[in-house]
Amino acid sequence: MIARLFSLNTIVGIITAGIRLATPYLYATIGETLGQRSGLVNLGVDGIMLMGAYAAFFVTFKTGSLALGLLAAIVVGGLMGLVMAFFSVTLKAEQGITGIGVYLFGLGMSNLLFQKTLGTVETVSGFPAIHIPLLSDIPVLGPIFFRHNLLVYGAFALVPISWFILNKTTLGLKIRAVGDNPEAADSLGVSVTGVRYLTETVGGMLEGIAGASLSIALLNVFQENLTNGMGFIAVALVYFGGWRAVGALAGAILFSTVNALQLWLQVIGILIPPDFAIMMPYVLTIVVLAFTAQRVRAPAALSKPFERGEG
Amino acid sequence: MHQRVARDAKPRMLMESLLGALTPLFATLTALLVGAAMLLILGANPLEAYSAMLRGAFGSTNAVADTLVKATPLLFVGVGICIAFRGGVLNIGGEGQLVAGAVAATTVALALPQWPGWAIIPLCLIVGFLAGALWGGIAGALKAYLNVNEILSTIMLNMIAVQGMNFLLRGPLMDPVQIESGSFIPQTARFSTTTDLPRLVPTRLHAGAALAVILAILIYIFLWRTTIGYRIRAVGLNPDASRAAGINVKRYMMLSLVLSGALAGLGGAVQVLGLHHRMFTDGSATGFTGGAGFNGIVAALFGKLHPLGTIPASVLFGALLVGANQMQRAVQVPSSFITALNGLVVVFVVGSDILSRRRARRRESLPSAEVPALDVQPEAEV
Amino acid sequence: MKTLRVTLLLVMTTTLFLLVGCPSTPAPTPTSPPEATATPPPPKPFRVAVVMPSAINDLAFSQSMYDALSKIKEEMGEDKFDFAYSEGMFVVDDAAAAIRDYASQGYDLVIAHGSQYGSSLVEIAPDFPNTSFAWGTTVDTFADKGINNVFAYEARSEQGGYVLGVIAASLSKSGVIGVIGPIETGDAKLYVEGFKAGVMATNPDAQVNVNWTGSFSDVALASEAAQTHINAGADALTGTAQMVVGAIGVAEEQGVLWFGTQADQSSLAPSIVVACQVYDWTVVLNEMIDLIQGGTLGGQAFAITLANKGLTIQYNPDYTVPDEVKTLADETIQGIIDGSITVEVE
Repeated sequence: MIARLFSLNTIVGIITAGIRLATPYLYATIGETLGQRSGLVNLGVDGIMLMGAYAAFFVTFKTGSLALGLLAAIVVGGLMGLVMAFFSVTLKAEQGITGIGVYLFGLGMSNLLFQKTLGTVETVSGFPAIHIPLLSDIPVLGPIFFRHNLLVYGAFALVPISWFILNKTTLGLKIRAVGDNPEAADSLGVSVTGVRYLTETVGGMLEGIAGASLSIALLNVFQENLTNGMGFIAVALVYFGGWRAVGALAGAILFSTVNALQLWLQVIGILIPPDFAIMMPYVLTIVVLAFTAQRVRAPAALSKPFERGEG
Repeated sequence: MHQRVARDAKPRMLMESLLGALTPLFATLTALLVGAAMLLILGANPLEAYSAMLRGAFGSTNAVADTLVKATPLLFVGVGICIAFRGGVLNIGGEGQLVAGAVAATTVALALPQWPGWAIIPLCLIVGFLAGALWGGIAGALKAYLNVNEILSTIMLNMIAVQGMNFLLRGPLMDPVQIESGSFIPQTARFSTTTDLPRLVPTRLHAGAALAVILAILIYIFLWRTTIGYRIRAVGLNPDASRAAGINVKRYMMLSLVLSGALAGLGGAVQVLGLHHRMFTDGSATGFTGGAGFNGIVAALFGKLHPLGTIPASVLFGALLVGANQMQRAVQVPSSFITALNGLVVVFVVGSDILSRRRARRRESLPSAEVPALDVQPEAEV
Repeated sequence: MKTLRVTLLLVMTTTLFLLVGCPSTPAPTPTSPPEATATPPPPKPFRVAVVMPSAINDLAFSQSMYDALSKIKEEMGEDKFDFAYSEGMFVVDDAAAAIRDYASQGYDLVIAHGSQYGSSLVEIAPDFPNTSFAWGTTVDTFADKGINNVFAYEARSEQGGYVLGVIAASLSKSGVIGVIGPIETGDAKLYVEGFKAGVMATNPDAQVNVNWTGSFSDVALASEAAQTHINAGADALTGTAQMVVGAIGVAEEQGVLWFGTQADQSSLAPSIVVACQVYDWTVVLNEMIDLIQGGTLGGQAFAITLANKGLTIQYNPDYTVPDEVKTLADETIQGIIDGSITVEVE
């Protein structure tokens, strides 16, 4: 039994599954990180993911084009992000609650549209796995890293890209400044409103893609509440990652790999009740963070609306 | 200009606070108007739908009772959220805390069937309170002493509570009859009737609703009239200044989460003793909680994060939930429409808050709102 | 001071809301029950209301009931039969409110289609002695509590599970078979135990691995569970609950056989779905309707079984099952019907 658990084949299987499952979390977590870095908390990620997942599925189902489906998810996610920004930035609404509203709206609306336009569970042929030439033939590493679909590669590419943008570009500097000290940023001529609208909209787009990575890449179906709360886990992972893309990567991989591991433990019949196996990723995420949490400072203006000048 | 403002100040102030109080109501109506358009698209008559909604929430003694029953867990969670928010922490672990309190109360109620009501009911409530306190306290301790953000830990603890509940209800706590008959429904036996909370009127309305209101008042007094309450709010408003003033910020941060969780746990105990008289699971927490762990946050915000304001806000939100279900039945629209509509109401009400705040600012030139800064870090240094 | 005033105003407006709302309709209270249904007035259609935990298009539990009611409506005609439904009632106290409301509206039969609704129903049913209720899936009619207007119904899903297990074991080459379930209770537990028993009876050396996802709706985890089974060598899979649509996709991609339950899932993956156990509640519904029209409002427990054709094994027309396997399956069905095979669930 133990030998089966630690066989190479098993370990490859678990890590590969971890990478696959990490994909939606990566998009959503990095999207949320972007917004939070500029000072916006969005608890509506799950709702945006659901709308993105539905849009991608519906368009792909009707047109047969994956590109159009992905585009639809980006557009719908971006629009939801824009709405979120309008309420958080322009109306200065309490962000946590706005997020809950956006979540409920996305949950209900995606299912309503699903029932009215599709009526029943349908399938599409989603993004196929791309075996990267040569690399995918490397033993062990090949199957783990180089035999995934396009959206998986995209998610992992997003980590260095978002790191670069946040840390090495003027735009990133502006985003961080707006999140840490909007008054100072404003006095230097940075448009706090503009930056926040941008991050929230782009964040929404990424959350839309997170949904698409489920409905037209990993699962290739749409069903009521397809994400089943993944968006909330994604929000949690932002804190795990300490508002950094690399941290988000570590969190997403940890959570997903442990989830894959607990499925394995059940399959090989380790004698613990399944309920405790299912708890593992949630418990371990907390435990690991408790041991490794550095004194990362949150963006100082997080969740605070920006008020220009003295009233 | 200034003089005129001064002269008209009194009537205008009254007018404006009336407007302020009505703003959420107007926002709700606006959201329902958007909903009406959606209803038309769905081929339903909006007038018929909304009159059914009103009828469902307030149309009869039973409807009012249902509304208040729905509002009860919202109020327990909501008052807890007031404490947490005022203390500068965001507790989104209400679902898990409700479950923890309910499971603990269930265990005691099943273990002591012989006890008389006057002893078993308080005991169950206390145990529920403590279990919720523990579940909130874990998140509190993690935040205060290990720097684990409470949003992360409460989301994870919700899932852990659900799986723990599933384990207990399909195992040690399962109704023996279910095992005998071979149907294996994951629920406990019905508790002894001695544990039933008294009914207030001959409807489903139970004494838990009154308890919730009393607690809301007590928590108001606690937060605004006691030293500990003052310190909780001080930590929420400005942790650095509080630390400088010698307040143990970590301890009070943890205390807010403990109390917040305890109230939700008590709410969970009240749900099983007053309403269901047994514990059951459908695999998620929502079947039992009705999403009160999240909706309570919304109710607290609608109540301006004030324990007393949360009372009518819970009733209003409870009415919306109960009425919406009646509407679903009356015009046979998909239930997902109701979920979407609730989302719209939440977003519109929160969004409309700027109007009341603007008026408030013009009136008293207060700092924008007396809402504390969230995401306070235990230690501010890098 | 300010907050207090705001609060008062909120209380006042709520009261106003309440007062405006009150007189709009007379209160339908339990003390004034609707017209008795025991003597059927022929011109009025037979009206059924059903409260269901998930959506009517879940390809699983709720859909099976919705489809049955639609079928009866079609057979009897709209003037003789009509039904209303509340779907997505996973919140139990919402479901309770719906059940009570439908009963007070004078529906002839109110179906509580979810085992979690039982504790609410036991309190509602006595308030409406002239309305018939049905509760499933369970065997409890509350007769021991002096209630006689509740029917109980269940699906003996272990029977079809057993048959599918026999087919799976016959078709599996690796002898490893994977099962994906939500939580180990109720209908899911019965089905899985039956399936396992069927596999073991056919091939005692086979290995059945079971994965519980802890949720009825976690599609992503169900799909990953399927992948895990396949990695562990499984070449045939089954699963229950609405989340399995994710697993079916993985099975199709990897060319692994799939066995479904509760609804016909062939359309999702025509190349690999072998057969499905399909629930057809019309048998028990028709019996209930007959009884109600004859004046009996409850007290009996029904089950859909292979014998009464409430459970059927439906083969996917696009997948060819070898004749000897079909024969074996037919013999198994016959054996379960005549009692020579008993499916034990512990």
